[in-house]
Amino acid sequence: MAADGSLAMNGGTGMRSGRANSMQRFARRRSTIAFVMTLPLLAIIVGLVAYPAAYAIYLSTLNRRMTEFAGTLNFELLFESDTFWAVAFQSCFFAITAVLLKALLGFWLAHMLHHIPDKGQRKWRGMLLVPWVIPPALSTLGWWWMFDPSYSSINWLLAIVSVPEVPWLGHHWWARIAIIMVNVWIGAPFFMIMYLAALKSVPEQLYEAAAIDGASSWQRLRYVTLPMMANIISITVLFSLIVTFANYDIVRVLTNGGPRDLTHVFASYAFQVGILSGNIPRGAAVSLFMFPILAICAFFVLRSVTRRNKEQM
Amino acid sequence: MAQVSLRKIVKAYEGGVQAVKGIDLEIADHEFVVLVGPSGCGKSTTLRMIAGLEEITGGEIAIGGTVVNDIPPRDRDIAMVFQNYALYPHMSVYENMAFGLTLRKFPKAEIDKRVKEAARILDITPLLERKPKALSGGQRQRVAMGRAIVRDPKVFLFDEPLSNLDAKLRVQMRTEIKKVHQTVRTTTVYVTHDQVEAMTLADRVVVMNHGIIEQVGPPQELYHHPATKFVAGFIGSPAMNFLPARLEESSGGLNVVIAGGASLPVPPARVDRYRSYAGKQVLFGIRPEHLTDDKTTDKHNLEPLSLTPEVIEPMGMETLAHFKLEGTEISARLDPSTPAEVGKPLALLAHMGQMHLIDPATDKVI
Repeated sequence: MAADGSLAMNGGTGMRSGRANSMQRFARRRSTIAFVMTLPLLAIIVGLVAYPAAYAIYLSTLNRRMTEFAGTLNFELLFESDTFWAVAFQSCFFAITAVLLKALLGFWLAHMLHHIPDKGQRKWRGMLLVPWVIPPALSTLGWWWMFDPSYSSINWLLAIVSVPEVPWLGHHWWARIAIIMVNVWIGAPFFMIMYLAALKSVPEQLYEAAAIDGASSWQRLRYVTLPMMANIISITVLFSLIVTFANYDIVRVLTNGGPRDLTHVFASYAFQVGILSGNIPRGAAVSLFMFPILAICAFFVLRSVTRRNKEQM
Repeated sequence: MAQVSLRKIVKAYEGGVQAVKGIDLEIADHEFVVLVGPSGCGKSTTLRMIAGLEEITGGEIAIGGTVVNDIPPRDRDIAMVFQNYALYPHMSVYENMAFGLTLRKFPKAEIDKRVKEAARILDITPLLERKPKALSGGQRQRVAMGRAIVRDPKVFLFDEPLSNLDAKLRVQMRTEIKKVHQTVRTTTVYVTHDQVEAMTLADRVVVMNHGIIEQVGPPQELYHHPATKFVAGFIGSPAMNFLPARLEESSGGLNVVIAGGASLPVPPARVDRYRSYAGKQVLFGIRPEHLTDDKTTDKHNLEPLSLTPEVIEPMGMETLAHFKLEGTEISARLDPSTPAEVGKPLALLAHMGQMHLIDPATDKVI
């Protein structure tokens, strides 16, 4: 590029414009090729993301029979319904609590693993990843059985230490806790593996420098490890927040929204309203609530990630 | 400020590999000591044991009279400059330098004063608000030094601090480090594999090889009076020439008969020292700068030697000539005005007063 530029300078203005034209054509050709090559991916995104999203917006503006345009009626009705607000609360409560617990547990596991010598580490890493690898619907069935009112193995264990029986799926707060427990059990290994990779990428010399600077092990964690992992932590949290917020399978298998619709999250409630109760426009309206909440989270998280990347990498 | 004592220091790794094999070293207050040696000689391990980053397998390290074997790095009152700087990427230059003081709960005003003073000494005041990413290699190196200076520790430890810089910057920073030491006078232990750095910076140089100390001394002493073949070959650039030779007696004196048959008389002052090696095989060591075409009038102890150059390297201020004598490579430093030509025999003078004889059995300089 630089050589071309200097040549053009020497060659006078006529030659320069000729060169520039051919350069521009070249650039255009390269970008055309790039565009053509990304076309299949764009088609998939349009077909599987953009079209359904637009269609959902369209559906949410129809009346129940989908015969005429109803404007914002579906949303207005949702805002007046207590169940909807319970779902909104449960979705946020579930997603935030579960992600927080997964992040903490994952971080703790990653730290433990990081300090096991390499030889034994692989074995533990493999075992700890198992919950993440089993299809969630299947492992949730296993948990469902453990929570069963009559045969609960957890209650059986609790009985041994004289703790009274817990109505795991019978009472809505216990049911909410049960859903979070299962989600944490399935999701924590993902955090663990991401954090372990991040921990391994922190240069050892930074810890040595901090040790000499006078940092205790807690201060090394606070001032070296966490800032160095900040990007991985926020991206993992964002990713998990999206997946957890949109969770469907655990709620569907474990409680099916009960008792009294108090454990429904947006996805399972949208399914309940739209498919099971046959009110597709209302279901579409429910499902649309996830998008703005997640978009705001994603905006702030990604903005801080970009800023850190610019400053530090 | 403090002296550092190493007593019978051993570092052994799992599997019995010994990186450091029982070294003794006394470093005086305010002294600048350089540990130098090839990679794997144990110099960095020794430094890291002083820092407390490696456990000491055997022996004792004392800083300022206190044995520090079981004291963690943060309580040893030392500061270290790492090869890759080890700056915290998420902190600004100011925060990087202030970090150690903040952790030690210094008052804000005192921290500010010290950081600004160090920044002034190192000429990095305009960079204080930047993040390390926005600095060049040389600037990062200064910040790393600044981080050490603000602490005002008992001992500075440098672990190959200039290895990541380009040649020009390295020379510049070398001078800088010397200047800083002349200003702050903190006891310094400096590790490098570069013998030029060692010679230029050190009050005393410690030459290490295979986990032991080969020789300790001021730079000039190591250059003129190396104790072993290793030191003789390591200090000085280009390296000293070693030629297999025989010591032969001739009419009361001694002659060094080198490969190729040339016979060079030993200066009379040294004859007694070498007498017991008469008739034996020795290694004849002579530096390239002592194998010259020097046209000085004082021909005392200069012995003529004719060699045929294989390669000529003009350097500007001098010319290096490389020869081969019965399979041994040797080199000489010539005056640039000497008309040296490849393949044409060249009359040289060997400064026999500057040569060394080495016992091949012990590798010790006789």
